[in-house]
Amino acid sequence: MTEIVRLLDTDGTVLEHERYALPEPERLLELYRGLVLGRRFNEQANSLVRQGRLAVYPSSRGQEACQIGAAAALRGGDWLFPTYRDTVAVVQRGVPPVEALTLLTGDWHCGYDPLAHRIAPQATPLATQLPHAVGVGHAARLRGEDTVVLALCGDGATSEGDFHEALNFAAVFTSPVVFLVQNNKYAISVPLSRQTAAESLADKGIGYGMPAVLVDGNDPAAVTAVLDEAVARAASGAGPTLVEADTYRLEAHTNADDAGRYRSELEVAEWTERDPLPRLRAYLRGTGLLGAARETELEEAAEEFASLVRQGVSAMAAPRPGALFAEVYGTPTQRLATQAALLDTELRAGAGTR
Amino acid sequence: MSAEKLTMAAAINTALRDAMRADDSVLVFGEDVGPLGGVFRVTEGLTDSFGAARCFDTPLAESGILGMAIGLAMNGMHPVVEMQFDAFAYPAFEQITSHLAKMRNRTRGALHLPVVVRVPYAGGIGGVEHHCDSSESYYAHTPGLTVLAPATSADAYGLLRAAIEYPDPVIFLEPKKRYFASEEADIREPVAPIGTAELRRAGRDATLITYGPSVPVALAAAEQAAAEGRELGVLDLRSLVPLDEQTIAEAVRASGRAVVIAETPGFASVAAELAALIGERCFHHLEAPVRRVTGFDIPYPPPKLERHHLPSIDRILDAVDELQWEHA
Repeated sequence: MTEIVRLLDTDGTVLEHERYALPEPERLLELYRGLVLGRRFNEQANSLVRQGRLAVYPSSRGQEACQIGAAAALRGGDWLFPTYRDTVAVVQRGVPPVEALTLLTGDWHCGYDPLAHRIAPQATPLATQLPHAVGVGHAARLRGEDTVVLALCGDGATSEGDFHEALNFAAVFTSPVVFLVQNNKYAISVPLSRQTAAESLADKGIGYGMPAVLVDGNDPAAVTAVLDEAVARAASGAGPTLVEADTYRLEAHTNADDAGRYRSELEVAEWTERDPLPRLRAYLRGTGLLGAARETELEEAAEEFASLVRQGVSAMAAPRPGALFAEVYGTPTQRLATQAALLDTELRAGAGTR
Repeated sequence: MSAEKLTMAAAINTALRDAMRADDSVLVFGEDVGPLGGVFRVTEGLTDSFGAARCFDTPLAESGILGMAIGLAMNGMHPVVEMQFDAFAYPAFEQITSHLAKMRNRTRGALHLPVVVRVPYAGGIGGVEHHCDSSESYYAHTPGLTVLAPATSADAYGLLRAAIEYPDPVIFLEPKKRYFASEEADIREPVAPIGTAELRRAGRDATLITYGPSVPVALAAAEQAAAEGRELGVLDLRSLVPLDEQTIAEAVRASGRAVVIAETPGFASVAAELAALIGERCFHHLEAPVRRVTGFDIPYPPPKLERHHLPSIDRILDAVDELQWEHA
């Protein structure tokens, strides 16, 4: 059984580790700020679903340490490959929140420019983005660049064939990819025990010939330290790393899901005790890095952030029906041009109202 | 350079070679395409000439190959991947239909994927099971894919060069039966662009519409019909998506009769689409209902029986005979 890396205990006590050091105080403060804003973002997005402004939102509440740690570990030119549950990481990495939520408002595209941000579109199917991450990394390697690609997935995705193929390709091609599996214990309703008979997901690394680390995914300091090392390793040309983050999805799969049908309140309560926010807060308060003034400032920043998200989503223009034809091909085919014209004629005649 | 005898395999090899020479970002990879040169030897010598970074073998996993190609294209490369056989491409189906085909749309045009997927397809080579599928309809049915089906060595060269320079993903269907058939071809002559059909033989009485491995069969049928006094035109589609609807409609309107020919099982196929399209666009010019000569709606048959499945000269001419000539 792989041993778990933990640098902060649930009460914020520092745990000595022979290999990983606690990140610097300024970095920890930055991480904490990310956690606070990320948590507020998750709450705000949930509210927007309730108000009917988002079609759906897969919340990462409880997993913010992985979200913020992932964004923090990447350097300027690095790439992130997020899933649908990783909006907080996407936003933390610099995508304007309204752009990151575009798809979930019911629009037809991912909302942001993946090339400009070096963030792939959030993946809706499971694990399919992982081989893409290997390709992006391999291209960089062929050009002699030290770009690193951080690819995210969940525990359910480790059962998919693309997870296996991506890890195997990455190892064979020594690709600069870090695979971060957020093991949040459920794939919608199905528990980890139905996904694998392995003792840990990190144990799978040995089968691919790549180092693997099991980290406490609710310890922001440990997640960041482990990812830092994996990113440095990939950038040095030494190849991929598999990181399993032990975490928990505090919300249901999405707002359309009823988690009460498959897990107990007691279990949720136990994991709430391991919440990454109070843990880092306790450490920062205990060491005097976080004072009352700074906390108030952060709370205000989070509220301001939430307000911007609210206003931005409310102000979004409705998608144009004609746009559906615009980017199927670089040059629309004659058939598409004809169909676009048909829809346009219908719209001009007032169709779509019944 | 003038015309020379050239097999389709050699034409494709030359196209890959010329494309790799012209552009350092062109990468060729797949299963056995490296030192072996591919099971059909289509990539022969490319690793030797361009190095293992430009032409390389991958682990045996088609979804991984396609997924890696998508990532490479996202980051500035022009991958040309080989799916070893038609039916062995199916593990890559999700990557092709959900990602390769949709990335431009999902990203509002910010990401386009210049990936060419070479698929040796169709039958007539005595292959055992899972080696001879006509898989074109799956791809043609998927919005976002461009689907090319060359029938000649010249087109194999010209269309592959065009496909590699194309900004969007192309499924490039190579008729295995034609790989080693030698024919006159001048690959320095430009070919008609993607999205255009070509009339291979003019004929006023009826039009045979086909593509890929069935083009030579249709030409042979037309030759025989001519000996029997009936002039059949042969239209080679070359490009299934985009489809040259204008040229199809013009040819059928001129002759008034059409037979669509393809190896694929006919139900819900490209051949079915062609018949429907001709009905919609040429109804008042038709002297008879459009006939389809396709493979049967069965799993591809074994080597000892495949001749009964494939469109033959006789079956094509029988279909032509049924085009209500009593009204002519």
